[in-house]
Order: sequence, then structure tokens, then C-alpha cells
Amino acid sequence: MITAPTASKADEVTRVLMSGNEAVARGAVEAGVLVAVGYPGTPSTEILESIANRDDIDVRWSPNEKVALDVGLGASLGGVRALVTMKHVGLNVAADTFMTAAYTGVGAGLVVISADDPGMHSSQNEQDNRAYARMAAVPLLEPSDSAEAKAYTALAFEISETFDTPVLVRTTTRVSHNRGLVELAERLDRPVLGFTKNPAKYVMIPGNARRRRPVVLKRLDDMRDYVEESPLTEAFGSGTDFGVITSGIAHHYVREVLPDARILKLGMSYPLPMERIRRFADSVDRLFVVEELDPYVENDLRAAGIDVEGKSLFPQIGELSPDVVRAGFAEAGLVSKGIPIVAAPSTVTRPPLMCPGCPHTPPFLALKRLGAVVTGDIGCYTLAALEPLSSMDTCVAMGSSIGMAVGMAASGGADGPVVATIGDSTFLHSGVAALADAVYAHANITVLILDNGTTAMTGGQEHPGTGVTLQGTAATPVDLVAMCTAVGVKDVKVIDPYDLAATYGALGDAISHAGPSVVITNRPCVEAPMKVRDTPFTVLAEACTACQACMTPGCPSIVWSDELFEGRRKVVIDPITCTGCTLCVQLCPPRAIVLVNTAEVSHA
Amino acid sequence: MPEGSRGLLLAGVGGQGVILASMIVADALMRAGHDVKQSEVHGMAQRGGSVFSHIRWGERVDSPLVPLGSAEVLAAFEWAEAVRWVEYVRDGGAVVADIRTIVPPGACTDRRSWLRRYPGIDGELFDSRHLKTRLIDATATATDLGNVRAANSVILGTVAAFIDIDDVHWEAAIADLVPAGTEKINLAAFRAGRQVAEARVPDAAQDPDGFSGPHEIEIRHDWCKGCDICSRVCPEYCLAVDVDGKLTIVDPEACTGCRLCEILCPDFAIDIHAPRELAVVGTNTTNESSA
Repeated sequence: MITAPTASKADEVTRVLMSGNEAVARGAVEAGVLVAVGYPGTPSTEILESIANRDDIDVRWSPNEKVALDVGLGASLGGVRALVTMKHVGLNVAADTFMTAAYTGVGAGLVVISADDPGMHSSQNEQDNRAYARMAAVPLLEPSDSAEAKAYTALAFEISETFDTPVLVRTTTRVSHNRGLVELAERLDRPVLGFTKNPAKYVMIPGNARRRRPVVLKRLDDMRDYVEESPLTEAFGSGTDFGVITSGIAHHYVREVLPDARILKLGMSYPLPMERIRRFADSVDRLFVVEELDPYVENDLRAAGIDVEGKSLFPQIGELSPDVVRAGFAEAGLVSKGIPIVAAPSTVTRPPLMCPGCPHTPPFLALKRLGAVVTGDIGCYTLAALEPLSSMDTCVAMGSSIGMAVGMAASGGADGPVVATIGDSTFLHSGVAALADAVYAHANITVLILDNGTTAMTGGQEHPGTGVTLQGTAATPVDLVAMCTAVGVKDVKVIDPYDLAATYGALGDAISHAGPSVVITNRPCVEAPMKVRDTPFTVLAEACTACQACMTPGCPSIVWSDELFEGRRKVVIDPITCTGCTLCVQLCPPRAIVLVNTAEVSHA
Repeated sequence: MPEGSRGLLLAGVGGQGVILASMIVADALMRAGHDVKQSEVHGMAQRGGSVFSHIRWGERVDSPLVPLGSAEVLAAFEWAEAVRWVEYVRDGGAVVADIRTIVPPGACTDRRSWLRRYPGIDGELFDSRHLKTRLIDATATATDLGNVRAANSVILGTVAAFIDIDDVHWEAAIADLVPAGTEKINLAAFRAGRQVAEARVPDAAQDPDGFSGPHEIEIRHDWCKGCDICSRVCPEYCLAVDVDGKLTIVDPEACTGCRLCEILCPDFAIDIHAPRELAVVGTNTTNESSA
């Protein structure tokens, strides 16, 4: 329910430390946003979470990014400022709406945040979403820190309304997850403008869309004029030997390495202020572009006939850093290489792991034993691809598991039963249509829905299956069993994944079943929405035969002890992190694993 | 002292509270009048992975990332993480390291040497770079004070000695940011960290003798009915039952001799022979690690 906000009180603290994500949200708050919507995805998730407790904004999770953008566009056409948030790959999902929203334009301001992840800290690719701005012909803003994240987001709503276009704001991990000082301002009081019917603008049938296409291009020209004069383009430093064009976080790395350099910083990097860039280029002997990921600005400059050095010095792969930028400028002969770094002594690798007690672990142990070909998906369970479970064979995009299983089964090339594994949030994001296809194709696959009742990988967000909204109100939860049955799956089973024998049995049955089958696990995540901590277990050292059976799931709570049995290491359980899930107990042939309090009694 | 912005790195393992601790440091520096930036990566790293946070402060901060070899202090909440991130510290800088060890399961997978791949605690490891190393047992100190969860504040107390801001800012930041109700214990822990004694490094455990060669798996096929129990329990995935129900050895080199298959076989169809017996029974496997 959208209500017009009352005039907000002046905030007592005006200068605070905020993450880039919090600052984006704050910018939207101050711009009078009334609807904020998105799908969780690192590094964008905290934007909506940071304003979920406001009662003057409708803040909500959508089942996927396309729905989120549809909701945002609908709200905008209804006459309220709307913020839509997602990670970079989320915009792929929302791209269908995004491209045509550029044609419809907006009612009130519509701002789309794309949080990119150079370096792939938590993503399956590192695509540079600035390309979407050009493809859709929408303006692109690139804040470089928290202060700009707030200011640019607020300004993006003005630009959106001035030019009647969605605006794309691109952040990167080092902006989203960087805390910096932000000065707060008051929230604007924006009335609900209401929806004005305008089929020629909002009904994109071919006849109308053909008339909107020139409007989109004309708007681009208008924005080019705007950006030439805009304060979003900023000049720093002095000198004529060389100049550097920067955008986003790269700006700060350049300033770090070359504090006095001549810099032209692009706050708006599509469309480009080409005349201003040309004057800047003419005023220096050498021109550099430092940008994270693709040679996006660099290529445009080259196309405009401007001589520039960029990706020949600064890598296209991974994140930039002060060290990487210094290395580039050192190669260009502008700075020293810096102090030589003494390499750190070798240490243990520490990849991410399934948590102790994770209900995703047992099914993957079973799938490994069953020799399944497993098409995986995006979520915590993707970690099953790593040792020692090593039981996931593909992971591509949200919802890909089921369709890929259908194709894998159709190929006849899999040397074992084909099983698609997908989490509850991911299934509702984009797995449902693929399951319908599995039924339609009568595909000989098993779909394992790992229902832990949350969106775990991003920190435990609600979704349409959880029965709760982002703002804490009750909702009708999607009934997964009924949904799978309704789609036409005849064989749907729900199992407790903590029961290892039942899990083996159910998966064994399902894969022997001809046609599509579904197995749904029903244990909640041990970390969210509440921490599950039962009585921990311990190892009776005198009973442990060091067989290593308990080590097969890769539980982080179980490690080798200093004691040996027949030359093999015995194990110990960390009582602080053990959740008492009993998986290792079920795996231990000599029954050497017992509840902590029983062990104390037996030793008393 | 490097010019311009200064840097500090906090590092630990997902779940240790590195992010909250770094928010406290950043807040204290802000209260002391500095421009501050703090950068972290979370997401997948939360799941038991390595977690680190960069903090930079000064009159005006540009990069939120600390350049390599420039940090004043590395605050490590775990020993292996101290070793991992030490290259960010400038020569002559400081390393404050908790002697807590969190051994990842991935360090316990070498079933030939049976060695844990985990760096031994060594207070002199960084001496060649003239780093001031402070090894502390924050867990013990916090436990003595009554709450093990205040260990991070003990570490911050030790770190504070290397950062030139008044204690009043540290204490205000801690009181403001720690969970409600734990302010008192965390402030006590911070003060304890200011004067915590050097930790006594525990003696390293004896290494095991190591792998003496794969055991030999002998199958009496005429007794085996292909029930699949052995292949389901084998921790090394040595065995498999093929489509015809015939038991086969798919990875003979991996057998560690745990004898689960032998013990659990209802038909006594499997015998496991120790490597010593190999010469007698004859096999084409070689014993690489005994050389």
C-alpha cells in the first residue's frame, strides 16, 4: 500500500558512515521514492534491506529481476518514483522489460541499480553492464563512492523525469561494499501523480513502438547536450603532459597513484560528453582511460577519432586496485613501480564451504554415490561442486539447472541418471517454466528442490515461498508440492535431508522412475531466518577408527586430531560450530560420535 | 610513516565478526575527525571462507583499498589469515594476530602424508620484514572476562596501540556498534586488549609417519552378490558395482586400509591387505611415498 509521506523531520546526525548500498537507498529515500523493489544478489542486496523498516516506502522482494523491473515500471507509470535493484546478471533477466521501458519512458522517476561484480567475488561472470545503457539508449551514471552513490541516485530520479527515461546507475563491489562518509539531507515529499492513460506511449504494439523509436534517439541527443554542461563531469588536477579519463571506483585508484594528475571524471558515462572529452584530449600530450572491465569509454573515444591508451595498460579482467593502476602507469613510464612486495609465506587455502549442518549436504552425498550427472544452479548448494562432495557438473545461470537437465537427458550422452538441483528461491525465480518444460518433454530427469525456506546465499532473504515479506508482513506462501503437481509432475516426494537413508532411498527411487520426478527437501537453512543450534556432538577418541567416513561430506566442524589409528588421523568435532545435525553420526560405522552431554556422562 | 592516507587490514574467517570489528574501527577513526573509507567483500566469503576488510583514513581518502606493502597494521583474527594477508603490511608495520587456529576441512585431505596443510604458529615468521608482531590469545582473555564473544574487542584493544587516536573515540564506537547489552563486556575486553600479555604458543604436535602405500583390496567374486554396501561406505570411493552387479575396484591407489568394506560385507567377500603384505601377494601398484 503506497501512502504519500508526511514531511520528514530533520535528521539529527548529518554526516554518517554508509556503505554504497545504504547510500543508494538513502539517495532514493531523499528523492521521495515510494516503491523500492528488487531481487537479492551480491553485491546489491543491502540496498533494499537498509530501508526495509521504513513505513513511508513500499519495499519488497520480487521473485526475479524482471518482475521487479515490471513492478518498478508499473509504479512509475502510476506516478510514484520507483527504485529497482539487482546485481549485474539480474539485468540479463530484466533486460526484456528494460529495453522496451526505454520506449515507454516513465511516469515518475524510475531508477535501475545494476551492482556489477568485477573479479567475480560472488558471481558466475563479470559482464560489464555499462553495455546495457548503450543497447537500450538510456543514461548511465557511475558513482565512485558512498557520497556519490547517494547524490547520483537522487539526481538519477531528476534525470529520469526530465528526459522521460529509465536511468541506469551502475555500481561495482568496491562502491557497493565500501563505507564512506555521507551527508544526509531531508526527504522530499513527492505526491502520487497518478496514472494517465496514453496507449501510444505505453502500449508497445508495433505501430506505437515504431513511433517511439525516433523519440528514443532524439532523447539521446538531448541528453548529449545535457551531459556536456552537467556537473557530473568533473575536472581535477593540472598539467599538459598527460590526462586521464576515469569513471567509478577507478577514479580513486588513479588519484591514489597520481594525486596531482589532470583528470576528467565521468559521472555520466552514457551518453558521453564527447565535446568536453575532445577539448580535454586536445589539451594534453597523452590521453589515458582507466576503467574497470571492458574498454567501454575507450572504444567510444577511438570511434570518435581520439587517440587514447587504455586496455593496453590496464587489464580488462578482474578488479582494478591501486596496485594494478600503478603497474599500468609504470608501464606507461609515468610512475615508479612502487616498493617491491615480499610475497607472503604459504598458507592454507580457505574456499567457501557449506555450513556445518547445512541441509543441502546430505542429498549431494547421495547423488555422488548414485553416480548422477548433476546440472546445478545458483545458490549455496553450488558449493557442492567443490571437494570433497564434487557432485555438481554444471552451473550457469539462475534457473538453468532444469532446462539443462532436459537437454542433457535428450542428448542421451549422460553416463548416469540426470538430476537437476535447484534451491527454493531460485526455483521460484526462474525454475517453474523449465519444470513445465520437463513435463511437456516427458524428460527422464529428477529435479531436486533444495527448499531451505530462504534465499540463503545472499544472507537469508524472504521470497514468495517463505510466507513473509521483506517488510515483515505475512504473505501467502507458494506451496511447492502443489505447484509441481499442478505443472504435471506425477512423482513428487518430500524428504527430510537429515535422514540420510531416506534421502538415499528417495533419490534412488526418483531416478529409477521414468519421466520427470521431483524430490523436495524440507529442512530450514541453519543460518536464516534463525540460527539452528542443537546439542553438538563429539568424538569418542577411543572408539574412532580414523576411517574418514565422517569426512566425506566436508563438514567444516570436523577436522583431524593429533591422534592416529593404524597410521590414519582420527577426527575431532568443534563443539562451537557443530549444529547437531547428526549427519556424521549416521555415517560413523563404529558409532564413535555421540552427543556432547552423553560423552561427559560416560567419562564422569 | 607513509604520506597521505594510512591503511589497516582486518582479516579472519567467515563468522568471526570481521565486518563488525572493521565498522568499529572505521567509526572510531571518523569520530577522531578523519575521512574514512572501509571496503570489504562479502557474499560467498561468508561461508567459512577468508574474510578481509580494508580501512583507510586520513585528511582525504581516495582508494578504499590498501595498496600492497603500505598498511600500518594487520589485525588477524586467526593465524593462517595473518600469514595470508601480511604482504599488505609496510616494512616496520605491525601484525596483531590471534593465535586461534581454524583449520579448514580442505587442510585435512592428504591421506598419503596425513599432514595438515596449515602453517605453524611462529612469532618470528615476519622478523625479516622488521614487522612488530604481537601474538595474543584473545579467546582466553575474553573467556577470563566472562564472554568468549568479546574476543574481537580484545584484538581491537591491542590494535589501538598502533593507531594514533584517543581511546574515547574507540570506546564510543564500541559502545555504539556492539550488540545491545554487551557494551560493558566489550569495553572491558577492549581495555584488557590494551595490555594483554604475549600469548604462549602451544607446542606443535608430532607429525604422523605418513602413508606406507595403498592397501590391497582382494575381492572373492564368487562370494559377492553385488549388494553395494561396500561401495556406499568406502570413504575413498575405491569401489563400485557395475550395471551387471559386479563389484569392481575403480581406484586401487586410494585405499587407506580403513577396512569398512571388509567389516561391513555380509558375505565376507572382501579382504584388505596392508602394504607390507603386498610383496607377498604381488601387485602392480607402486609405493611412491616411501622413498
